Amino acid sequence: MHIGESMRECEYSQISTRSSTPMETPHKKRSPKRKKWEAFPGRNKFYCDGRIMMAKQTGVFYLTLVLILVTCGLFFTFDCQYLAKELTPIIPVIGGALFLFVLGTLLRTSFSDPGVLPRATPDEAADLERQIDVANGSTGYRPPPRTKEVVINGQTVKLKYCFTCKIFRPPRASHCSLCDNCVERFDHHCPWVGNCVGRRNYRFFYMFILSLSFLTIFIFAFVITHIILSSHQKGFLSALKDSPASVLEVVVCFFSVWSIVGLSGFHTYLISSNQTTNEDIKGSWSSKRGKDNYNPYSYGNIFTNCCAALCGPLPPSLIDRRGYVEADAPQLAAPTNGITMYGATQSQQSHMAAATPLLQQQTSEPVIITSSTENGTSLPARASLTLGGPCSTFPLGQPTPPTSTPSLSCQEAADVLPIHGHTLNHTYPLQEQAPHHHYLTPEEVPSPPGMLHCGSPLGHSHTVQAGFYNPASQDSLHEDSVRGLVKLSSV
Amino acid sequence: MAETHSLQDMRQQVAVAAKVFIQRDYTNGTMCQFQTKFPSDLETKIDKQQFEETIRTLNNLYAEAEKLSSQSFIEGCLACLTAYTVFLCMETHYEKVLKKIAKYIQEQNEKVYAPRGLLLTDPIERGLRVIEITIYEDRSFSR
Repeated sequence: MHIGESMRECEYSQISTRSSTPMETPHKKRSPKRKKWEAFPGRNKFYCDGRIMMAKQTGVFYLTLVLILVTCGLFFTFDCQYLAKELTPIIPVIGGALFLFVLGTLLRTSFSDPGVLPRATPDEAADLERQIDVANGSTGYRPPPRTKEVVINGQTVKLKYCFTCKIFRPPRASHCSLCDNCVERFDHHCPWVGNCVGRRNYRFFYMFILSLSFLTIFIFAFVITHIILSSHQKGFLSALKDSPASVLEVVVCFFSVWSIVGLSGFHTYLISSNQTTNEDIKGSWSSKRGKDNYNPYSYGNIFTNCCAALCGPLPPSLIDRRGYVEADAPQLAAPTNGITMYGATQSQQSHMAAATPLLQQQTSEPVIITSSTENGTSLPARASLTLGGPCSTFPLGQPTPPTSTPSLSCQEAADVLPIHGHTLNHTYPLQEQAPHHHYLTPEEVPSPPGMLHCGSPLGHSHTVQAGFYNPASQDSLHEDSVRGLVKLSSV
Repeated sequence: MAETHSLQDMRQQVAVAAKVFIQRDYTNGTMCQFQTKFPSDLETKIDKQQFEETIRTLNNLYAEAEKLSSQSFIEGCLACLTAYTVFLCMETHYEKVLKKIAKYIQEQNEKVYAPRGLLLTDPIERGLRVIEITIYEDRSFSR
């Protein structure tokens, strides 16, 4: 009773939360809520409602998939029967297990978030700008390139400012110009898996190429065995005639073995020394740069380095793909006592931010050169360095020294971006193998075909990473609380 | 005389005055650590010890998440053997610690920061780049 009386005394006026009638059905929204992946600023493609994340150009990935599926399909159909009968039925079983593992790791590499760093919020960017301006003390002209130096384990490392993402990149991170994202512990962008290889999917990538090496060698060896055994019985030519598929398999495997096995070897070396492809190409930690130059990230011994790379903790995705984009609701009071829900802080702040002119979108931004469009199209033409052996990499642009001119594009600031291309191209002659890379003349590599519309989501829902935080429910809770207040007033 | 309060009025009692960003500290490598330097904007709001303790606890929690322990090693091996399907049923160690961190931040907000007109944002919502501390300005009218 007392409550009722006090309610009558204070009449709460109705507030329209969405400029619509307040007594609308609670879950009917004026504008449909977008998920964050729909508003993602990078050049990525998302499938399965944000669960699957790939680069924009995925044509070569489908080629990889087709090659693997067709070769293995032919193997199981034509060779396995003979081998199971003549030798042992374990062969198809092992082959099958290897094939499944290869496929699993390939899909995992291609579909995971490689470790993309979300772009800075406007407030953060403004704050950083302010700090930089204070440090520079100069206005009126374009400030010099922004770098921060930090000493890690005795080595001086330069942290570069990314103009696209408006953050100082953490050490070992790099901006992928193809995907237009900063990626943590950036290794390279692999067209064959249709994604960047970074912190979160490097181990899957390594498992993929390792298991693919085994699979290729396995198929190669057993197809040769099949042909040999069968030619003992029937003669060589008739053996070939009976299983023409075997010839195709041998050819594919022969060319694959060189590139894939070499690549696995290269990455094994990288893992054991805890380097990324990016660092290795630039020679960041090579002793040729200086006597005191060493890798500050290495744990000292091969075993720990391998464990760290392959079995270390797997961080979750930092970009909340399946959460809802915060609608800019211009009203509301924030309770000053505590937060009732995990994830509530962000929505509160965005609401408060909208209310304050202080935190309006910053008006003066530094000149930002978005180099994204130009880079994406000119990728293959800019090949200037190649690794010997199986691994051809195509850096975009030249590595610039940190004190270069202010006209930095994000790509230049990102230094050399190695694009990983195997010479899995059957029409080209084999490159000579080398345990370490040396620079050869640039070679053409089939550029990823442009923009295939891979619109169909795949059948299985491969949950890469379950959504971790759920600010969506906060908004609806909020609406309900407002309506609740309004309802009370109508007593 | 009926007093009317609208939510808009209530909102004006509390407004965001400023935001302070605690940046990452990379001196130990790529591990997630935040700088413990006390920002000047917070000098009047909270004492240094309290602040440093919060940051230090957060740093310890993040270090625990990223530690190369035998537990994470076993988890990694198990995951590899089961083709990573094991994560459909169970959470990674990192995620468990992130939940702990979220709870800790919520608790700190309730007990320490909110009474002083401050709000900590969980760094995971900022991509583990910064700890965002919002300073609220109290413009409430005395009732």
